[in-house]
Amino acid sequence: MSTPGVAPEPLFRLCGITKTYGQGEARFQALRGIDLEIPRGQFVAVMGPSGSGKSTLMNILGCLDTPTTGEYIFDGEHVERFNSIQRSLLRRHHHGFIFQGFNLLARTSALENVELPLLYRGMPRKERDALAAEALAAVGLEGKFRNTPAELSGGQQQRVAIARAIVTNPLVLFADEPTGNLDTQTSEDVMALITRLNTERGITVLMVTHETDIAAHAQRIVRVKDGLIDADSLPPGGA
Amino acid sequence: MLLNALLLALREIRRNLMRAFLTVLGIVIGVAAVITMVTVGQGATDAVTAQVASLGSNLIIVRPGAAIGMPQGGVARFKMSDAAALADRVTNIESVAPVTNRSVSIVYQQKNWTTSVIGTTPEYFPIANREIASGRAFNTGDVRSGRAVCTIGNTVRKELFGNEDPVGAKLRVNTMACEVIGVLATKGQSSFGMDQDDTIILPITTLQRRLAGRQGTQQVGQIYVSGKDGVDGDVLVAEIGAVMRELRNLAANESDDFSVMDTRQIAQALSSTTRVMTSLLGAVAGVSLLVGGIGIMNIMLVSVTERTREIGIRLAIGALPREVLWQFLVEAVTLSSLGGLIGVLLALLASAGMASAMNVPFNFDASINLIAFGFAAAVGVVFGFMPARRAAQLDPIEALRHE
Repeated sequence: MSTPGVAPEPLFRLCGITKTYGQGEARFQALRGIDLEIPRGQFVAVMGPSGSGKSTLMNILGCLDTPTTGEYIFDGEHVERFNSIQRSLLRRHHHGFIFQGFNLLARTSALENVELPLLYRGMPRKERDALAAEALAAVGLEGKFRNTPAELSGGQQQRVAIARAIVTNPLVLFADEPTGNLDTQTSEDVMALITRLNTERGITVLMVTHETDIAAHAQRIVRVKDGLIDADSLPPGGA
Repeated sequence: MLLNALLLALREIRRNLMRAFLTVLGIVIGVAAVITMVTVGQGATDAVTAQVASLGSNLIIVRPGAAIGMPQGGVARFKMSDAAALADRVTNIESVAPVTNRSVSIVYQQKNWTTSVIGTTPEYFPIANREIASGRAFNTGDVRSGRAVCTIGNTVRKELFGNEDPVGAKLRVNTMACEVIGVLATKGQSSFGMDQDDTIILPITTLQRRLAGRQGTQQVGQIYVSGKDGVDGDVLVAEIGAVMRELRNLAANESDDFSVMDTRQIAQALSSTTRVMTSLLGAVAGVSLLVGGIGIMNIMLVSVTERTREIGIRLAIGALPREVLWQFLVEAVTLSSLGGLIGVLLALLASAGMASAMNVPFNFDASINLIAFGFAAAVGVVFGFMPARRAAQLDPIEALRHE
């Protein structure tokens, strides 16, 4: 356990998080008591076999889902008590997401895709355009603003997704198998970009992957197995 | 938030122009149909009312035979004395004109024309609401002496005289030479589609003696009656009926062998018939608007399923469920309103076209346009709500997993 008052408050603190799906016979416990602390600015990879509960853990960390029991403190707030609107607003203001399947809006230009989170913040058009252009430039996509996802390669699409995730200047970037659909070289480029965002902008990165060489880009690797943390390369207290 | 939703909706519509067009086609047709039907129907009602009114002010027509419009061969015709007796004995009567019609051919120089001739007395002109545009009408003296003078309708004037002034000219009516003494003011088509300007009017005595042949003397086809101002039409009809029964020696157990028609009642009957037709057509068109709305709901539901992943993305990056709801609702309303707008424009063209083709006045009625447009927008709200709520209630995790 970290010592309150001495070490700075971590960005994430999970205490005894459990998650149970279904009822009766179909009852399934995906998480069985997770304790985890992640300080600001850390790049963490979450690994584990399928069915280990790593996706459930990511969903709870990303406030897409709520824990059945346990405490989840994000940036000093007890998030486990948030209702869905509060969670939506938290995601809107502090989280950025990238996915294995990129999840860009089809038939929509790169710029409009990146603008989307700003739109939900009610930002005026000029500001939106400027920030989105800046984010696209930061991921190396100048000159591709008007292209739709169908006109971009997989690596470029993931870059657009990253630009969309960072355009709001979030505290944390959630990456769910970000290189799962990419070839090795492109994967390396995307990982280099994520690493650079982590080091240069200080964005905390939480990445789910099952590839060891991809996880190797992270400062810390958390292994999940059967709903419990099986191994942590940098256990709590060691941060 | 609403502005954002509108922006998102417009983007979505722009992305799927073809689908958007097909979606709103039902609404477009529904709105256009409702407005066109009602506008043209109202034009027809107005036309009927105006045309019947143009027959004459509180005109009552007495005809032989019980059935309206079909005098039977065996029924006794009216006599000149019947008209005089009516004028004498029914105090509520303003004036009476005996009328006899015939089809004749008229010749002027090299041109000839077949038209209908009305033989009557000078009282006919005010009763039937016919005015003289130039020259004069014939007078009682002309009737008494059976002079060969006539007033001609505008169609006859055009056909025979062109730009020439017909007053004073002599034309031949069947075998009779006749002097034109006046031209009637234009009246247009009657409610039964007859050209009321394709006629000539001359003294009834002239017609009886010189055009109707041997059996024509003294015969009267119909009697036109106008009541005094403020006299109830039903009372007058009853009084005329009573006197006519006496004149025709009908026993108490015999039914009328003549009919008395009040044109105001015909006008009311006709215009209420067209009004009923208008509302029926409008209602049928309204059903198509409803079907159009169901079309929108259908497409929106498909669209929600198809865009489940997109909704998941929006929810994941922080869109509130109510923002997603608004987006889809606004999209549906925008679609249906655009459809409504196109429908209104289409209806404008269609009803103007139909009005001129059917020869009824085109009366632009803002209220039916507003109602139809408002209904289209409301259809969007009603049928857009269910899909929108379904979209908003999606679980972001499930939605993102959706293939």
